[in-house]
Amino acid sequence: MKGKKERTLLEPRELLAMYRDMVRIREFEEACPKLYSQGKMGGFLHLYSGQEAVGVGVAHAMHQEDYMIAAYREHGLILAKGTPPDVVMAELFGKATGVSKGKGGSMHMFDAERRFMGGYGIVGGHLPLAVGIGFAILYRESDEVVVCLFGDGATNQGVFHEAMNMAALYQVPVVFVCENNGYGIGTSVARASAVEQLYKKSCAYETPGVKVDGMDVLAVYETVRQAVQRAREGGGPTYVEAITYRFRGHSISDPGTYRSEQEKKIWQERDPIPNFAERLIAEGRASREQLDQIDAEEKQRIEAAIRFAEESPEPAAEELWTDVYAKF
Amino acid sequence: MPEITCREALNQAIREEMERDPAVFILGEDVGLYEGSFKVTRGLLAKFGDKRVVDTPIAEAGIVGLACGAAMAGLRPIAELMTVNFAIVAMDQIMNSAAVARYMFGGQCSVPLVIRAPGGAGHQLGAQHSHTLDALFMHCPGLRVVIPSIPADAKGLLKSAIRSDDPVMFLEHEGLYATKGEVPDGEYTIPLGVADVKRQGKDVTLLAVSRMVYVCLEAAELLARDGIEAEVVDLRALNPIDMPTVLASVRKTHRAVTVEESWLTGGWGGELVARIVAAAFDDLDAPVLRVGGADVPMPYNKALEKAAIPDVAQVVARVREIL
Ligand SMILES: Cc1ncc(C[n+]2csc(CCOP(=O)(O)OP(=O)(O)O)c2C)c(N)n1
Repeated sequence: MKGKKERTLLEPRELLAMYRDMVRIREFEEACPKLYSQGKMGGFLHLYSGQEAVGVGVAHAMHQEDYMIAAYREHGLILAKGTPPDVVMAELFGKATGVSKGKGGSMHMFDAERRFMGGYGIVGGHLPLAVGIGFAILYRESDEVVVCLFGDGATNQGVFHEAMNMAALYQVPVVFVCENNGYGIGTSVARASAVEQLYKKSCAYETPGVKVDGMDVLAVYETVRQAVQRAREGGGPTYVEAITYRFRGHSISDPGTYRSEQEKKIWQERDPIPNFAERLIAEGRASREQLDQIDAEEKQRIEAAIRFAEESPEPAAEELWTDVYAKF
Repeated sequence: MPEITCREALNQAIREEMERDPAVFILGEDVGLYEGSFKVTRGLLAKFGDKRVVDTPIAEAGIVGLACGAAMAGLRPIAELMTVNFAIVAMDQIMNSAAVARYMFGGQCSVPLVIRAPGGAGHQLGAQHSHTLDALFMHCPGLRVVIPSIPADAKGLLKSAIRSDDPVMFLEHEGLYATKGEVPDGEYTIPLGVADVKRQGKDVTLLAVSRMVYVCLEAAELLARDGIEAEVVDLRALNPIDMPTVLASVRKTHRAVTVEESWLTGGWGGELVARIVAAAFDDLDAPVLRVGGADVPMPYNKALEKAAIPDVAQVVARVREIL
């Protein structure tokens, strides 16, 4: 397929699955603020609403046995990777049944079975870990790929450049996906980065940098699919910049007043979910009824997840001391 | 005297020092337009402009390194880090540049730099956002480590830190920003490395900093009901430690317990025990005991997190062990 731009026509089943995943994430995230205000959760809560097309496009572009690794805004990403919402919600509740047994919370979810290699709270800190996972893949001579997601702010950390350089140097199978939502807390990209076109940051490492519309799930899917394929075939890392927007403040405690109403409105109109729905209907790939039914099912799914989290037990007091070291 | 919060006290200190000395400037993530993630820098951008209130990228090594260089070239930077855990990202610049420059270059340069960093547990932020790393910085010669507990100290100590010609780690507790207290009117400073006896007592000395001072004061109240008078010494700095004040108190009470929020292993309590035993062994009626956090990465779950941090009951229990 080299040289020829390959167009993948997705089966309606896959398209509906993408739609379902985005709706699931939205329902999950929009349920959180209320639960948080009821004191069911604590700590920081960085919601993903608005960015669903990135996580879902990425997840559908990779195999189940490929690895995903992310920053702290990762509820949507772990859900996209296939982790049931029950255990994700239970983690937010700090329950023993949570993906990280209640010890990680919102920022530190991990699902070994589904190769979701963690959410991390130190901006940029997980990028070299992605390179290391890629290194292990090369070392074992297997053919998995790592997709590493991070925010625009992470590209200003020194560790970003170390990771990019080593990834290119060793040609590790990593796809770096920068979710450029325009802000690092209250600071816009233009005020934090000398280079505003973030996809250009990979050029110093002779790594392809591609920009994609992060509000279009199919565009993300196609771009990442190609990058994943390249990595799997030994072509080395790719750096993808997905242009997106977070509909809420940085975290639950941030009202987001540094963004104008007008700006928010422009992006709301680009909401990846209704826009994708309209497109599916317009192209005759799905009916309104089908999509409505998915909406209703996912709403119920999240209600069930909340019940599961509520009914789950707290970790036992002894858990304070477990897993500090390996058992031997 | 007006009652203000720690947050306001710190803000006043920065504001007054910036007014007093044009070489003082503040830099950090979201310190300007956003007015600080804990709102300590509120109003400063409007007053001093973006030459002196500098929003930076999320780049701690860069922030501290830049500040260190600027300090070596004659400015007096205040670098704000959002959370002390992120100081680890900048640890190379802190320990390998700022702390050692004066010594390594034979006294030819100064690093009049303040690194302010909030920390502490209690908000369910998990293992990458809630540690108290006081002991880590105290381990490094050349670096002053200053830790206020009450608003009046926060203001006076920060002003001294800004005027200091040494690099200062100025550690703030996230749980204390809204704590109120009386702050003197007018200009005042508090010397770095001088402890403060926050409660007089004759039966046992409790040694603490930051939020643990409040825990000790509460414990002292409980003990007082049983006629045990605990003296609470707020060290206010871990480098240098005010040993004369510590030893004077121990010689008076003959018993001591150190109370620190963070990991007990390798913590500052052990250092104090060693110094007290070496200097005042004959004055002691009991072993010096320590209270500290559980030696585990901070868990997210609320109950587990609570169990990982020292509380009043633990302090009282330790005191009873030696009485
Ligand atoms: C090393 C480090 N410095 C600072 C922070 C505080 N902080 C948390 S999130 C954030 C903004 C990150 O923005 P970005 O990378 O664009 O991701 P987004 O939140 O937009 O998804 C900052 C500064 C941190 N967590 N880690």
